[in-house]
Amino acid sequence: MEPAFHRGDLLFLTNRVEDPIRVGEIVVFRIEGREIPIVHRVLKIHEKQNGHIKFLTKGDNNAVDDRGLYKQGQHWLEKKDVVGRARGTDTVDSVIPPANSGTVELRNCVPIKKFVPYIGIVTILMNDYPKFKYAVLFLLGLFVLVHRE
Amino acid sequence: MNTVLSRANSLFAFSLSVMAALTFGCFITTAFKDRSVPVRLHVSRIMLKNVEDFTGPRERSDLGFITFDVTADLENIFDWNVKQLFLYLSAEYSTKNNALNQVVLWDKIVLRGDNPKLLLKDMKTKYFFFDDGNGLKGNRNVTLTLSWNVVPNAGILPLVTGSGHVSVPFPDTYEITKSY
Repeated sequence: MEPAFHRGDLLFLTNRVEDPIRVGEIVVFRIEGREIPIVHRVLKIHEKQNGHIKFLTKGDNNAVDDRGLYKQGQHWLEKKDVVGRARGTDTVDSVIPPANSGTVELRNCVPIKKFVPYIGIVTILMNDYPKFKYAVLFLLGLFVLVHRE
Repeated sequence: MNTVLSRANSLFAFSLSVMAALTFGCFITTAFKDRSVPVRLHVSRIMLKNVEDFTGPRERSDLGFITFDVTADLENIFDWNVKQLFLYLSAEYSTKNNALNQVVLWDKIVLRGDNPKLLLKDMKTKYFFFDDGNGLKGNRNVTLTLSWNVVPNAGILPLVTGSGHVSVPFPDTYEITKSY
């Protein structure tokens, strides 16, 4: 989703199921069998009279749509694959996925933003380099023991 | 050592609060702005084919080809809190199969600092206009609109539709020559 969002940016998500899915919206979805949620834009929707909708997504910076990412034989996403919609943003932080992904009740939209510079990068670093995480935990523990106040 | 550290600590905490306040200020000063501008759309050519949908489910579906012009002045939308505009031209229509269909035909990223005046002529669509079925044939009312997603530095990500759309009818017959 560059250049709109970069790795480390904070997105505030909603997941009101009754909100219709329309093209142009940024949705966070998960593909069956994969853990990592994907944040992409809706490119195409086909909605039936009864409200059943199937849609296609694509990352802004990608040349092709997401069909290559979907499950083998899967051509469309459905409402059940969506775990959130991006409604607000904050620069330079990390994506906060809703706490209980997959369930309907999720974190509500907070239109008031907080600037938390680079904290997101810290989380990403800790995920990518577990040794860094242990070092931080160790230092924190040390600090707690040594701090005399 | 205590005083240096505690000074550094309070300085850090204070600068965090300042930055939080600045971000909030950035957000609140632009939260209620109207991000819509007039858009002029014109469709110069429409063609319809019926082929196997090679982009996905391999069923015979209607494939539309549109050549369009778009004129818009996006200058007034950009301010200190708008990082980027993601423009997209979408076609909306309904068919026997589906009550609502929306297909993005073309998109463009306009960053702050890029030329905000859009004056594009004879544009071909970026994405294939496949229908889910054969609903484009003889469809009298396919509406094209230009919309954009305002990406702020901090704040809400609204989807804004430009004022000005065009509705076009699709032909009743399929084109069998190899032209486009």
